[in-house]
Amino acid sequence: MIKITFITADGAEHVTEGRAGLSLMEVARMADVPGILAECGGACSCSTCHVHVDPGWVAQLPEKDEMEADLLDFASDVDEATSRLSCQITVTVDMDGLRVSIPAEQG
Amino acid sequence: MSHIAVIGAGQAGSALAAKLRTLGFDGRITLIGAEPVPPYQRPPLSKKYMAGEMALERLYLRPTRFYDDQDITLVTDTRVAAIDADSMTLRMEDGSTLSTDQIALTTGADPICLPPALGGDQPGIYTMRSLADADAMAPEFVPGRRVLIVGGGYIGLEAAAVAASKGLTVTLVEMAPRILARVAAAETADWIRAMHKGHGVDIREGCALNGLARSGDGPFTATLSDGSTLEADFVICGIGVRPATALAETAGLALDNGIAVDEFGRTSHDRIFAAGDCASFPWKGQRIRLESVPNAIDQAEATAATMLGQGAPYVARPWFWSDQYDVKLQIAGLNTGYDRVIVRPGDKPGSQSHWYFRGGTLLAVDAMNDPRAYMTGKRLIEAGQSPLPEAVADATTPLKSLPLAASIAA
Repeated sequence: MIKITFITADGAEHVTEGRAGLSLMEVARMADVPGILAECGGACSCSTCHVHVDPGWVAQLPEKDEMEADLLDFASDVDEATSRLSCQITVTVDMDGLRVSIPAEQG
Repeated sequence: MSHIAVIGAGQAGSALAAKLRTLGFDGRITLIGAEPVPPYQRPPLSKKYMAGEMALERLYLRPTRFYDDQDITLVTDTRVAAIDADSMTLRMEDGSTLSTDQIALTTGADPICLPPALGGDQPGIYTMRSLADADAMAPEFVPGRRVLIVGGGYIGLEAAAVAASKGLTVTLVEMAPRILARVAAAETADWIRAMHKGHGVDIREGCALNGLARSGDGPFTATLSDGSTLEADFVICGIGVRPATALAETAGLALDNGIAVDEFGRTSHDRIFAAGDCASFPWKGQRIRLESVPNAIDQAEATAATMLGQGAPYVARPWFWSDQYDVKLQIAGLNTGYDRVIVRPGDKPGSQSHWYFRGGTLLAVDAMNDPRAYMTGKRLIEAGQSPLPEAVADATTPLKSLPLAASIAA
């Protein structure tokens, strides 16, 4: 099992079961985690699936590409080190225990 | 117990039903869809799903158990034939009835088909709207086959990109003088046309389809308005959609380019509401109808709040996207009424943005592989701010420090 925890802006922890091959955004959607809007459905065309990755996990995730970096550069509540678009992170078995927080506002 | 029926189980219907629960509605919710599957995302149908890069399961908006968990009765494969507005009763196509207290119409839009007079009623001609459309068409996408695409809007162009990428021979005909005539400036059309030509797509503009003939299982012969003919193994029709208003008509609702609603999602009947592609609504002094996912979600959620007596006016923040080949096109705003387009080269090769102005007011931005320009334009438009056009045109002025026009005092 790949346990992934989403922490919503109110501090609530949503522990979900990830599946390798799905995106982090899709894992959240399947578990009905609130706050990840993902309006473009994972096409890396909006920035409404923005999450902050737990600092301890940042280095273990694949790096963001230019498109993702550019979108994030203009999103709200961005932290250069920890901000990611959850639709661009494909879940792997190595991500068991991953923790990410969802900002209060998307877009 | 109060009962709300949501008719139409697409993006808007699904968002509206879910929002009713989030806002605390504890009555009965019935979500009724004509298609045999749970609510799913339509945009990938003409993009990643059609390209075979996205499994069916990933199209679904929610896991099936979501509807049980939320106590939403999802009724699929069912069409509502009529609404009796006086008694708030739905009559299904199978003759059964359902009594409700409030109704939300999220019926979406239906693709316009080629008229039978042009040969549009033959097998081998497809529209691109539903999962069933995409699945029916999939076996045709074999390298070397010839496809004729009728219509040079975003759907037709996305289909052309998937087909060309799969090694099909693609011809696209557009009746108007140029592609994207209804939705984008000539500058954007030029850019997109050049991209498709680079991938071998034969684009013929100002060229109407006069007829499609087919003998048996053989290829189609298309007759075009320039007098030429061409052969195609199958045809995709992307000539637009019409808001699905038939049910609203049975209820006697006011229509105006779709089901007319106010900024709260209210129709002309006090217990019937509408949202998404099927609904036209007031926006900046005009009445508009948007065919887009963000509008479907946002308007549906605002309407759900209205239905529970918690409504606030819905202010649309239009944005759109399209994926073609390796190009991501992102559009912020609505360009209706523009009188000037500023072209701004992007930071990277192949990236560019087109900024639509009316006078000094920024209306919209088309960004090709230029998410920074898109995000900048979106933020400015939503804040009601306009950058100076000459600064936009100067690529050496960073996006983050574009000088703004002095706001025009109201």
